[in-house]
Amino acid sequence: MATGIAMNQRWARRETPPTRRAIQLGLSGGVMALLVCLIGLVNAFSKRFIINDVLTTAQAILAIIVLITGYMAAARTWKRGQPAATAIVYGALAGLMVGVVLAALVLIGSAVNLREVLVNATPALYGILTFEQESQGVGLGMLLLATGVLGLLGALLFILPDRMRNAVLMGFGVLIFVGLLQDLIELVLNRNRGVQRFFYTSNGLTVTGALLLFILPFLLRLGWGYVGDRVRSNVEALPPASRRGLSWAMTGLGILFLLLFPRIFGSFPSEVMNNVALLGVLMGLGLNIVVGFAGLLDLGYVGFFAIGAYTMAVLTSPQLNFPIDMGFWQALPFAILISIFCGMLLGIPVLKMRGDYLAIVTLGFGEIIRLLALSDLMRPRLGGAQGVTQVATANFAGTELTTPQTLYYLLLASVALTWFISRRLRDSRIGRAWMALREDEDVAEAMGINLVSTKLMAFGTGAAMAGLGGAIFAAKLQSIAPQSFDLLISINALAIIIIGGLASIPGVVVGALLLIGVPELLREFNEYRLWVYGIMMVVMMLFRPEGFWPEEHRRRELHDTEPGIEDSATVGMDPAAAPGQS
Amino acid sequence: MQTATARRPEPTTPAARNWLQRASWTDLFMWTLGGFLILLIVVGSIRSLMAGRYSAAQWIDFVIFGIAQGSVYSLIALGYTLVYGILRMINFAHGEVFMIGAFTTFFLANALDDRGFINNNLVLSIILLTLVSAGISMLVAVLLERIAYRPLRGAPRLVPLITAIGASFFLQYTARGLYGSGNKSYPVIEPLQGKLFFGPIGILRTQVVVIVSAVILMAALYTFVQRSKTGKAMRAVAEDKEAAALMGVDVDRTIVITFAIGGALAGAAGILYGLMFRQVHFFIGFVPGIKAFTAAVLGGIGNIPGAMLGGLFLGVFESLGPSLFLEGLGIPSANQLKDVIAFTMLVLVLIFRPTGILGERLAEKKA
Repeated sequence: MATGIAMNQRWARRETPPTRRAIQLGLSGGVMALLVCLIGLVNAFSKRFIINDVLTTAQAILAIIVLITGYMAAARTWKRGQPAATAIVYGALAGLMVGVVLAALVLIGSAVNLREVLVNATPALYGILTFEQESQGVGLGMLLLATGVLGLLGALLFILPDRMRNAVLMGFGVLIFVGLLQDLIELVLNRNRGVQRFFYTSNGLTVTGALLLFILPFLLRLGWGYVGDRVRSNVEALPPASRRGLSWAMTGLGILFLLLFPRIFGSFPSEVMNNVALLGVLMGLGLNIVVGFAGLLDLGYVGFFAIGAYTMAVLTSPQLNFPIDMGFWQALPFAILISIFCGMLLGIPVLKMRGDYLAIVTLGFGEIIRLLALSDLMRPRLGGAQGVTQVATANFAGTELTTPQTLYYLLLASVALTWFISRRLRDSRIGRAWMALREDEDVAEAMGINLVSTKLMAFGTGAAMAGLGGAIFAAKLQSIAPQSFDLLISINALAIIIIGGLASIPGVVVGALLLIGVPELLREFNEYRLWVYGIMMVVMMLFRPEGFWPEEHRRRELHDTEPGIEDSATVGMDPAAAPGQS
Repeated sequence: MQTATARRPEPTTPAARNWLQRASWTDLFMWTLGGFLILLIVVGSIRSLMAGRYSAAQWIDFVIFGIAQGSVYSLIALGYTLVYGILRMINFAHGEVFMIGAFTTFFLANALDDRGFINNNLVLSIILLTLVSAGISMLVAVLLERIAYRPLRGAPRLVPLITAIGASFFLQYTARGLYGSGNKSYPVIEPLQGKLFFGPIGILRTQVVVIVSAVILMAALYTFVQRSKTGKAMRAVAEDKEAAALMGVDVDRTIVITFAIGGALAGAAGILYGLMFRQVHFFIGFVPGIKAFTAAVLGGIGNIPGAMLGGLFLGVFESLGPSLFLEGLGIPSANQLKDVIAFTMLVLVLIFRPTGILGERLAEKKA
């Protein structure tokens, strides 16, 4: 019956006249743009230029919304065989509607003081929206013109052949990326003043630099569009031995780069990488085992991170009146073991729960752990709200690992270890049992899988990785406070594995770089990080449930055209079965 | 809803006799743990009562405060239960729906108070505020259904759950971005200060308003679901979507109405929350949301009277808990552990009676 409803909707959608459809889409895009303005993103990013004096990040964000609206309008109204011009007209119309909504905001906002309620509805915002023009009429005209043109361009993007479109997107992608990460890239370029001068001003790219940054990737991608397939097939035609050699060489280069990273980039990028590795990759890989492999949605994952951190702190800090004081390496096994123990212990009550219940109960566990750590009841043992200081730092071969550059290697080693464990587990018997459990618990049980031990193994392994992360976290900061162990860490980890692709190990790294690394580099963004996570989680589930770097067999499933296989493969929690695709 | 629960009778197990044989070690572990917790509660209560730190009047105050905050939980819990009854999914973002209503209406309440309107027209302004808040929450709930849940109907369970978590964060930080991150205080309403006396028992006037409004709303909802045609459609869809569709019920419309009603109740709860606790900020949806979920589970999820009962029960338990059994156990500043009580209760209910107080549906089967 679900398909019946879906079909009804499809019929209804087809019957809407295209003009109305375009206006509707334009208005939804307008609401999105309005929201982006009113929550303060535009204000926050209005000072950061991507291209100096030409394009601010705020304008880029709004422009992207309009472009997407135009693209969607073209995609939804255009039918095969129609002239391209109709799609372009509808795209421009939809774009214009976004402009109309924003113009309405400016007009209303200038007449009535909205600031009492909406803190970001400031004159500064209206100034940005009207391109800082003296006369509001001229500014609004420019706004409408700009949105109309951008909507048109969005539609044009839809009309373009695939190769062209990919090339254009590549060009813009590189341009925006390099423009946004100015601080970081300048840090690296510091030795080469000439290159730096050529590309950057004090705030944003130079115009020539921006042009070059667009055209070069554009041409490269365009060229790759023509020769890419041939290169790929040539590589595939190589004898297996040399192909293996090639892939080893690539891996070797990657490892070499990772090993030399702190040398090349210095302190700040290493610190960013440390956070990516610790809060992103370690936590993500651990949660990936529980959620991605075994399909158990655990929202209290931060609890084990906290347990690892507190174990490390209690065992090593002389501040608490705990009889034993250890070093980092003596305490580390205890931190991991206690996390595993707690992971299994808290796993027992939820053995029989599934899905939603599991999520909420685990969330409750996470909160209980945090509240206990905060409470006066545990103050003598855990330090209460002030937390614990004087935690031992990690040391290696006589050096204390306190600088980001040295800690980097500890984290790199931990990530490598958890990566290795994850991979081996995935391909092992227990890994297959987890996947079976994920697809269908009842069938898995009928096939002779012991649900109790399999689930507990998943909770335990996940907790071990979180415990390791927590222990390193404590040693890295040399102090811990219960406030840092709130739900957001769990949600971070969850968002990472969803963005990267559930059950995909490289996906975790991609997700961590995107969700931890980028906000670290864009400080203004930090405040809106969770807002964007929320949108990303919804949008990913609706449009790309397999993630940015899907697990291999899932990717194969999604692009497999044999009908018989798809039917049987898309059961259980496999996101491929989500109807957002259709 | 509750009639739906009668559909699947519990299998009458002949094995009920030899429960000991069927129990696995995990069951034993859980029973031991549960028994231990119950023992703690009993010992703590006895010791608190023996110590006599609180007078009878104080205990009554605790209970009444518990009922008042419990009725707020009940109203939110109804939203969980209604949606669960129909879609078998937990609307994780429901707490945020509640928050948006309460937070947005704060500005109206403040504006009205500045002009002295509230103090002069108390009943009218409370009704007005409730309507506005309910309307806003309703709008958000309906949009949520349309954008985040409807396209995913029939998708694997994990998918809409993740969307719901995402939507929940989106709403939280939207509210924060729109209205700022600071605390806002609802105005002090003069006519609602002080106590009303019913015989020897004095009750704070705000609490009277909260309890009375909640009772009216719940009675209205119950009549609506039981008597009206739409209510009948809702019950039919909850029972069997396909059969209801065949009988001419517009399933999509019914689901939207369900979300709308749930949202409206959450919005109304938001105003009552504002009256009672006064402080609102963008994060207030989270904890009441989880507690209302606990209440819904406690009463038997999918069951309307269950959600009401569960909310009251949880409210009273939470308000009595710290002084009654935590202080008796010698725990310092027991109030810090108030939320722990609610979470522990959720876990205990799911272990020992996943069907809840009134529910018959097996949580583990459906969840």
